[in-house]
Amino acid sequence: MTDRRHFIAGGAAAALAAFAPRIAFARAATDRRFVFVIQRGAADGLGTILPVGDPAFAGHRGALAEDAATARKLDGMFALHPALTAIGDLYGSGEALFAHAVASPYRDRSHFDGQNVLETGGGAAYQLRDGWLNRLLGLLPRDSARAIAVAATVPLALRGAREVASYAPSTLPDASQDLLARVTQLYAGDAQLHALWDQATATRALAGDLSGNDGRNAAATGALAARLLAPADGARIAMIETGGWDTHAGQKGRLAAQLRGLDALVAALKAGLGPLWADTTVLVATEFGRTVRVNGTGGTDHGTGAATMLLGGAVRGGRMLADWPGLADGALYENRDLRPTTDLDALIAGAVAGHFGLDPARTMPALFPKATAKAVVPGLIRA
Amino acid sequence: MSDASIALNRFGLGAKPGERLPDDPRRWLTDQFGRWNPRPRALSDVASSATAGRVVVETQQALRMEREAMRQRPAAAPPPMTPSPTMTPPVMAATPAADPQRAVRADIRQDVRRLYIDGIAARTAATVESDTPFVERLVHFWSNHFAVSADKLEVTGLAAAYEFDAIRPQVLGNFRDLLIAAEHHPAMLVYLDQAQSVGPDSAFGRRAARRQVGLNENLAREILELHTLGVRTGYGQGDVTELARALTGWTVAGLGRGGPRLVPGEPGQAVFAPALHQPGARTILGKAYPDDGARQSAAVLGDLAVHPATARHIATKLVRHFVADDPPPAAVTRVERAFLSSNGDLQTVYRALIAAPEAWRAPTAKFRTPWEWTVATMRATGMGRGEPRAIAGMFTQLGQSIWRPGQPIGFDDIAASWAGPDALMRRIEAAERFAGRVRDPVDARALAATLFPGTLSPATAQAIDRAESPGQALALLFVAPEFLRR
Repeated sequence: MTDRRHFIAGGAAAALAAFAPRIAFARAATDRRFVFVIQRGAADGLGTILPVGDPAFAGHRGALAEDAATARKLDGMFALHPALTAIGDLYGSGEALFAHAVASPYRDRSHFDGQNVLETGGGAAYQLRDGWLNRLLGLLPRDSARAIAVAATVPLALRGAREVASYAPSTLPDASQDLLARVTQLYAGDAQLHALWDQATATRALAGDLSGNDGRNAAATGALAARLLAPADGARIAMIETGGWDTHAGQKGRLAAQLRGLDALVAALKAGLGPLWADTTVLVATEFGRTVRVNGTGGTDHGTGAATMLLGGAVRGGRMLADWPGLADGALYENRDLRPTTDLDALIAGAVAGHFGLDPARTMPALFPKATAKAVVPGLIRA
Repeated sequence: MSDASIALNRFGLGAKPGERLPDDPRRWLTDQFGRWNPRPRALSDVASSATAGRVVVETQQALRMEREAMRQRPAAAPPPMTPSPTMTPPVMAATPAADPQRAVRADIRQDVRRLYIDGIAARTAATVESDTPFVERLVHFWSNHFAVSADKLEVTGLAAAYEFDAIRPQVLGNFRDLLIAAEHHPAMLVYLDQAQSVGPDSAFGRRAARRQVGLNENLAREILELHTLGVRTGYGQGDVTELARALTGWTVAGLGRGGPRLVPGEPGQAVFAPALHQPGARTILGKAYPDDGARQSAAVLGDLAVHPATARHIATKLVRHFVADDPPPAAVTRVERAFLSSNGDLQTVYRALIAAPEAWRAPTAKFRTPWEWTVATMRATGMGRGEPRAIAGMFTQLGQSIWRPGQPIGFDDIAASWAGPDALMRRIEAAERFAGRVRDPVDARALAATLFPGTLSPATAQAIDRAESPGQALALLFVAPEFLRR
């Protein structure tokens, strides 16, 4: 159990010298932490942030609108799904901002193309090959440009020119110190494996002892992410993947369970970060929204406009951001979806530029080079 | 890489020790078509789709009765929070059982779980023992192309039977038959919600108007986007909706809408129930399809199966799988033409793939998936059988839960999705564990020469030579660059 940590921290093996610079305890140029929680499968924005003040809402949503009865009121128009208790408290304390009727430039309804656009930051699917989070690393001071995927492999948003770590707990027994040293030698001449191996060994040193925390549920994932972000030499950017949002049938119970998971994840992340939460922004976003009307199976089909969350002590929260298009039949996008009025690219660029003190005019073209909107959404983050 | 090594590793699943090297590697691949056994010994005991379907329906009924009983026990503890069934991949899963009710329910689910775990073990054994590894690989390819995901109870119980009964028998036939077998299997009908979809103007839909039944377009969209034409090939929302209407009627007895009178059939079996079918002609991609009951959607599938966009889509995916993450256009065109000229005859398509010079020239850039890597280690050591739960768990630990890609697009087929830092560390851990379990002494030096004829790099040979023990030598062979790629 202690073999690997000993191997990494002790630096006994000669091969270790190559890793040392990467895990050296350089003073970070920024203490700010940024977390991207991706909701794969098209999370239902209308079921998460309920537009209870819209006269057409209850009629469209039928039984799915029943959640409104116990939902926490956010303002005159919107209410929060009752499963989101911790996130609701963040809203109360001014640490949560919810944006509605948001969409990336993508307008069709394929999950996989939609996720490709959401993660690459392109104007269309497969237009760009690297991810916007990876490009963000290029804008940060060199010694703070560290990112980690809380997963065994690196999701597309984090792939690109800059090396990124990945970590997820496993129950496999640790490999022996001697084998690790030999593998280091074996990969010395292989560019791809050498780079991966570098990241793998450095990250395991950070993750430390995870016994008693198997990382197998949402709260444990939040706690693990906090653990990888909290150390001074830890990551500044983390990405967490969540699935299961594709609620074509029986949405009422399934969405509630999903949102409970998300809520637990965020609560654990906040608890784990402690005082660092004040310097943290968490972005929760999905590839697109779901149909306004309920389908024939108590669920909703692929739609367009969605809801996006910004959470954390760094967020100027306690408010809604929505240029509400309305749910009247004539107002819907293609007579079925929530019409998007806020550009997700501009929202993300505004959040990260504000968060890391970057020039918005430089951030937007770097992260979203194909975006039609050139200006970021301002004022999302506390100075 | 030598042609023999390419045949064994890129097209096959890795050599077995003592396996005779193919003299004519291309012929060795095509000869497998004649020897292929869709139901080898390792699969002789697996549950049929009929059995699996019945178990799933019975399990659902038991769970319903249990919930009902709980409701009628007023003093009982408040119902536990339902763990999210699908907020799992890749890092989340349900909270561990914490209360007795959940334990009771887990107990009821046992039989379904068993079908899934035993299915994975049988699949693994069949793969490891196979002497037609190219065709075996094609089974896995198609099973992933027509992916279902064991995120819900019904699919967990049916996923193994789906691959064994719907995919395996069709992989050397015609694409149309494979397509129809996949779309009409209960696992697919349940996974993509077709079993719940009802024509709003069908006999049942009209009667149940106030109970909110109607269309679900999930399967229709994924047929067009993932299974046949491919995304952005010109179909629109209108085509999706029309196909969804044409598909109504297809459902699973006991798992969909409508009782046994409207939906007759053995519990858990796919049926076409006319009472659920949306009446009327449909127009899809500009062509009208008269209302012909079950034949209406079959006619649409038949046309989709030979559509030029489908040929292009399938050719691209096959070349990506067998040649390179970025498919060389010339190879795609060659396979696409074979598909079109043969109306989707799959053996013709595979022969075109084997004939593509790019397949024998490209560097070994395909990073083995956790499944491919694990079965290659097992074939190399002859360790294909074991405790089913341990086998299934190993794939999960390595990052690829079998039949559970989490989304209908299936598992990714590019290196970036599998070659992660942590994923690599896990392979090293697993390699040491596998090597430690090999009972008979294995000479890793000799094995390396068999596995990678004429291809082994000096660095790997040296690492194996200098290993401190036979076990360590074997572990190093398993994690060597050659072994991680194909």
